[in-house]
Amino acid sequence: MSKLYTGAEIVFKCLEDQGVKFVFGYPGGAVLPIYDKLKNFNFLKHILVRHEQGAGHAAEGYARSSGKPGVFIVTSGPGATNAVTALTDAYMDSVPLVCISGQVPTHLIGTDAFQEADTTGITRPCTKHNWLVKDIKELEKTIHKAFEVATTGRPGPVLVDIPKDVQFQKTSYTKFKKQKKLNDKVHNQFSQKDIDELIKLMSKASQPIFYTGGGVINSGPKASELLRELVNTTGFPITTTLQGLGSYPGEDSRFLGMLGMHGSFEANNAMHDCDLMINIGARFDDRITGKIDEFSPKSKKVHIDIDPSSINKNVKVDLPIVGDVAKVITSIIKTIKKIKPDFAKSNKQKIFKWWEKIEKWKSINSFDFVNSTETIKPQYAVQRLYELTKNKDTYITTEVGQHQMWAAQHYKFDKPNRWMTSGGLGTMGYGLPAAVGVQVAHPNKLVVDIAGEASVLMTMQEMSTAVQYSLPIKIFIINNQYMGMVRQWQELLHDKNYSESYMAALPDFVKLAEAYGCVGMRATKPEELDDKIIEMINTDRPVIFDCLVEKGENCFPMIPSGKPHNQMLLGPKNQKENKITRKGKL
Amino acid sequence: MVNSKSAYSTPGKQGKLDTHIIVVWVDNEAGVLARVVGLFSGRGYNIESLAVAEIDPKLNISRITIVTTGTPQVIEQIKLQLKKLVPVHKVADFKREDKNVIFKEMALFKIVSNNSKKEKALKACKKYNPVILDKTNKSYVIQITALRREIDNMSKKLKKFGLVSVSRTGAVAMTRGSEIFK
Repeated sequence: MSKLYTGAEIVFKCLEDQGVKFVFGYPGGAVLPIYDKLKNFNFLKHILVRHEQGAGHAAEGYARSSGKPGVFIVTSGPGATNAVTALTDAYMDSVPLVCISGQVPTHLIGTDAFQEADTTGITRPCTKHNWLVKDIKELEKTIHKAFEVATTGRPGPVLVDIPKDVQFQKTSYTKFKKQKKLNDKVHNQFSQKDIDELIKLMSKASQPIFYTGGGVINSGPKASELLRELVNTTGFPITTTLQGLGSYPGEDSRFLGMLGMHGSFEANNAMHDCDLMINIGARFDDRITGKIDEFSPKSKKVHIDIDPSSINKNVKVDLPIVGDVAKVITSIIKTIKKIKPDFAKSNKQKIFKWWEKIEKWKSINSFDFVNSTETIKPQYAVQRLYELTKNKDTYITTEVGQHQMWAAQHYKFDKPNRWMTSGGLGTMGYGLPAAVGVQVAHPNKLVVDIAGEASVLMTMQEMSTAVQYSLPIKIFIINNQYMGMVRQWQELLHDKNYSESYMAALPDFVKLAEAYGCVGMRATKPEELDDKIIEMINTDRPVIFDCLVEKGENCFPMIPSGKPHNQMLLGPKNQKENKITRKGKL
Repeated sequence: MVNSKSAYSTPGKQGKLDTHIIVVWVDNEAGVLARVVGLFSGRGYNIESLAVAEIDPKLNISRITIVTTGTPQVIEQIKLQLKKLVPVHKVADFKREDKNVIFKEMALFKIVSNNSKKEKALKACKKYNPVILDKTNKSYVIQITALRREIDNMSKKLKKFGLVSVSRTGAVAMTRGSEIFK
């Protein structure tokens, strides 16, 4: 007879067979049997967080920077409810997570037992799928299925809820063999006809644009390489969404910058005026489209996505192509090479005028700002951080707000998986724990959380985690003493009624850093910024960097709500020089 | 133009609404109905009626029939979102006007009145295969099978004959002819 394992041991056997190396978590009553067995499994390192939300975001940071699923363990009741924000965040941004939660023993389920919550009920709308395992014989199958669901198709979070009695019960375990290419057909529904049709559209277009998103990054590093080849082969301009940053080199001349609400003037205008839009792995989010009725009115739209339900959800498209980005691009490049080997050359003349138009928009330099010698401008802080870290293969996470947009505008990414930000859900407090997860995955790389002082306080306790495991993350706080994005909206839309957006009674971040046992630094003047940043980079321990910046700075350019792409509001520097903005003024 | 005070865009034009019958084959497991219904409520889709029961105890398959209204875009989304659910095997979609599909709902009417009115009630139901399920001196329980609107009409019409209680199911659907939906 084969050896019998407890449910708790089977959890670890499954993680081992799935190749999991790190797990984030927080113990509690309903997962104690699992924690009891932890010491017997040396393949796994457990990172103890300080709050379950932190565990989830750290797992997200780990997943997004490594391309592997992030795994975290939480207890029943409050443990599971604390994980909900991170699960929802991962669901919105398509991050593969496996959450293992403890549950009260099966005979107590439904009795309002201590630390009981309907975890599968609560997490049903914020996971791809979840399971309550009531039968020990189902446990092994369920956990492996959970990994499959989380990582195939459009990735996302899953949750396996395991009652405490099931963790104690015993059964046998069969070694798991990963099936290759599990359901390739299901995900790649496109045909050669679709590709031919696309190439026909591409050769007809005189004002084309690639609009690419997080799907390119989720498709793996190969997809980003293929995207570069595709842009080279066609000579078309390219813009990416917030989540797509890094899939195409940020300093390349064909790259128009990020698009959307705080995207570049050239990217948004090109999206509005184009006659062919090729969406690769993006989802026509409302921060991107602005007013739907006036979104890119003259264009033929092509949408390449692995998730059929993303197509025609917000914007009706002319040619849907359902498939994995890398597979589709491979097929496009192959076909072009076969039927039009000199595509870029023959096409150059046709799109020459389009590029001229784009260069004109580019010349406005919409991310520009009025710099100061007195105070540190937040944009300047990000620019300096970029200049001083760009040669180091740096990983950047962010919190949510103005600083996030400035980071997206001024930090240029060259490679995928280097940029971790909460886009869909917009979770303040994401960046610090995400940085913990990134550093766990890449112990020798520089990991910087570009943070806001308001956001970072939401998950500040995770500094303890960083200190405990000697994770030298750098928390670069753009401190303007306001919830900056809230303040900006209040200034522009609510007659400067700054209701509750001032961050009174902020802690002294330098002393706070010292209290956590890490290094605190502060910069208040532009001239000291470079030296301090260099000092931060050279510090081998976790750092909280308090960068005191101009308080009233607004994030420009922006598309005011309810406006189409060609009515952007430009920043103060451009408003003086250009009259173009009038139309877009509120 | 009025300045929007919201960080979100204002709603665009609404398309024409159609009524569709969506049939979903699912694994009959705990919480599966909650997943399907939660998808509808979470995304703001409409449910006019719902019928669900296990149809294959061996394979553990249940068939859910949902009557819903929405623009063509919303109906398309409903189907695609349903197909993404792990326990969902297949999804069929029929327009209510579709002549190739049979739709039926069942209703039970309790009539309490004198003999002549009871008989009149029974006669009024004649078109809809009435079956008397229970009979006392004072009452009838009549079962009919018909379309939604017909049952609506009958509920109104039978009031004057002493209708005191109505119980009805959601619609179930099946294609005509020898074809089956794959």
